[in-house]
Order: sequence, then structure tokens, then C-alpha cells
Amino acid sequence: MTLTREGIAYRVACDLPEGSYVNLGIGIPTLVPGFLPADKEIFIHSENGVLGVGPMSAPGTEDPDLVNASKQYVTLVPGGSVFDHALSFAMIRGGHITHSVIGAIEVAANGDLANWRVPGEKVPGVGGAMDLAFGVRNLYVAMNHVTNKGEPKILNKCTCPLTAPRCVRRIYTDLALIEVTPDGLVLREVAPGLDASAVQAKTEAPLRVAGDCREMIVPAEVNGIKLSA
Amino acid sequence: MIDKTVATCAEAVAQVFDGASIMIGGFGDPGVPGRLIEALREHGATNLLVIHNGAGSGDYCLGGLMLDGRVRKLMASFPNPPGAWAFRDRYLKGEVELELVPQGTLIERIRAAGAGLGGFFTPTAAGTELAKGKESRVIDGREYVFEAPLHADFAFIKAYRGDRLGNLCYRKAMRNFNPIMATAGNVVIAEVEQIVAVDELPLEEIHTPGIFVDHLVQVDRHPGLFDPPKKGSAK
Repeated sequence: MTLTREGIAYRVACDLPEGSYVNLGIGIPTLVPGFLPADKEIFIHSENGVLGVGPMSAPGTEDPDLVNASKQYVTLVPGGSVFDHALSFAMIRGGHITHSVIGAIEVAANGDLANWRVPGEKVPGVGGAMDLAFGVRNLYVAMNHVTNKGEPKILNKCTCPLTAPRCVRRIYTDLALIEVTPDGLVLREVAPGLDASAVQAKTEAPLRVAGDCREMIVPAEVNGIKLSA
Repeated sequence: MIDKTVATCAEAVAQVFDGASIMIGGFGDPGVPGRLIEALREHGATNLLVIHNGAGSGDYCLGGLMLDGRVRKLMASFPNPPGAWAFRDRYLKGEVELELVPQGTLIERIRAAGAGLGGFFTPTAAGTELAKGKESRVIDGREYVFEAPLHADFAFIKAYRGDRLGNLCYRKAMRNFNPIMATAGNVVIAEVEQIVAVDELPLEEIHTPGIFVDHLVQVDRHPGLFDPPKKGSAK
């Protein structure tokens, strides 16, 4: 089996600890809040100056002055705060945001991240991706393991322009959970029913299988949302 | 008596000249001084250098200024969202220059200018193509890139409430770039939803002290800047 996009988000959410301050990038990371355990207090940061981002606004209740970094109308949780961009990026660059969950085009064996410039894209845009990649200690990539064409995205060396060198700590995909270590990539978990060789077959960079490598503990569905397929 | 209020947006932007550099606040729609930008379209100044996080959207406000061909250069972090077709068309024809700046570096360059600093060293972008040609220095074992302060002739900002002294209060995520840009423009023009009497803004809610502001005008939000998804349609 492989995880759905929601399944990847669920698996990331399981690893965010009580008291963490988390920035979420666009794509799969935006699904993470739906799976945060209710018994942990975790604050979601949005780089446009919001800490404590709550659920999306219900239709008809949108506040014109409250959006997230993806420009979606959102709510604030109790204890949330708003502030200017300089303070927001001080939180990021200054190491105060504890976790960043971000999408990727490519990740290399040494933790290099490429996620800002898609090949062939005519108008470039970088947003806050570089500040996050350079500033946040626990940088978690959440992405599909291979491209739409089935090509590996976890490589020996990135081919796209780098967002930041040696910044990724963990890679969560539909097939596996991989940790980036000074000695290269370590396979920690595989999707239910897969084995290490099936993951390696879709990964260009060599994977070392952890001694305690196991199957992911992800339910088939949560609240009617399918997590694996 | 100090009175920084002006009656119309046209009056507020009258000093803008051809070739001027203009910072424009806002992120997405919140905090964009849309009525001032529309007044600038009417005013006619051209060959502008615009400093803004994005590139505008659709054919109104900054999107409209792009469509009208009035911008010679844009400094932005994220100029390529789907709605920024007016900028995209001009850029692909080579009619507007783009300087791409990481978002945290963009705001800090503006902050440095407003705070009278000669720049700063940031780790962001070190070793990437956005640091090419820039001075770098190793500090405590880590590589940092030098970034220069960023001033502008004008700053167009948006606030929720203000008084005749130029004191400003922002609402929720409207704040974003606005209070920082208010420190870095030679002439700072604020669009506010409400002008209130001096003393009516609670002391703790004055986010931008009036010292930074030159002109303010009361006007309602540009209708293009609130666009919730329609019921039953996926946006």
C-alpha cells in the first residue's frame, strides 16, 4: 500500500510535539492541521504575520484581513497573535519556529533541498522558502516519493537550483519515512505492506536500513478520510 | 496644528513623479492600499520601480498598474501566483525587470533602511543562485550574505484606523509589510478605513507612530481586495 496525501500529512502530524511552533508550506503540508492530536497544544505559524492559525473560515464567515500564506481565509485559535513581517521572519531566521513542513521538488542524500524553482518555469518566485530552509532546525519535507512521471525525487545530488544546502532533517513520503544523517539517508519506516527494497527501487540515493526499521502505523482512514490506498 | 489628512486619494498621490520608487504594503489582499494604487493609475506617473511582496492580481490595483505598462522594475519575493497574469505577460515580453528577493530578506532590507542601518548579513540564500555576486562572510562558522538597505521615494501603506497626526492601527493580518514600509519611504502615504479623533486610538493600539507618516486619506476597501470563495465553487 502507499499513503495518500492525507496519509503523509497524518504521519507528519504524529511527530509534532506538544508546544511546537510549526510553519506549513503549500501542498501536502497544508493538510497537516486536520490531523493534529487534540491533546497537544501546537501553534501554526504563517509567514504573513500570524501565529496560531486555526481552521479555514466557514463560507460566509471569512474575515477580509485574515489569510494564511497561501492566501486562504483562516481563523485564529485562542492565544493566537498577529504581527508584522519583520517579526514574523525573526521567528523564522532566529530559530524560534521549531518545525517547518515543506514540499520539495528534489532532496539530496546530504539534505540539500530544491523547492523554489521548477525546471522550465518562466517566472521565478521564492517567497519565504529560503528563509525557512536556512532558519528552521527541524525541516521536514512532505512529498510524493517520485514525480508524476515516476522518476525519483530523492537523489544523490539535486539538479534544480537549491533552496538551501544540507537543511532537510526528515523526508515523509507516500512510501517511507527517511531520516537525513551525517552518514547519509536512513530508512526508518516503510508504508504498510512495503519492504525496504521496494523503497530503494524508487530512490536514487542509497538508503541505509535502520536496525529498528518498521512499518508505519497509519490507520486506513480517519473520520472518513482515506490515509492509504 | 498638524493635520496630515487629505481629502482624496488623488491628492495623496499627487507628488509621485515619473521614475519614482514606490513601496506598496500588503500580502495577498490584506493590507494592500488598493485605492491609492488606483489613484496612481489615474495620476499617470510611469517608469516606476515597485517594491511589493507579489506582483498584483487580475486587472485592478497593482495588477492594473502592470497591465497599464507603468512599472519598469519590480522587486518581489513571490511574483508568480496564478492571478499575476498582467505582470507575467509584461515580464515574458521583456517589458518589466524583476529582482527576486527572498521574503525575509526583502522585509529586513526595508527595516534596515527605515532604522538607519547600512545593511546586514543574513544566512538566507548563502550558496544559492540568489546570492551570486554578493559579499559573504563567515560568522561563528556559518556563511552569511550581505544585504543592502532598501529605501524608496514613496511608501503606499494601508491601515485600519488613523488620526490627523498619522498614528496608525492595523487590523489582524493587514499589518504584514505596512508598519515596516512606513519607516523606509521618503514620503509615506497611508490609506485608512477610518480617521478618528486624536486620543481615540488606545495608546497600546498605535502600531505606527505618526512620526513616520506624511499623508493619510480615509477611503473604503477596494472591492477587488476581498474575494472569498463563492458557495459551491472550488476556488
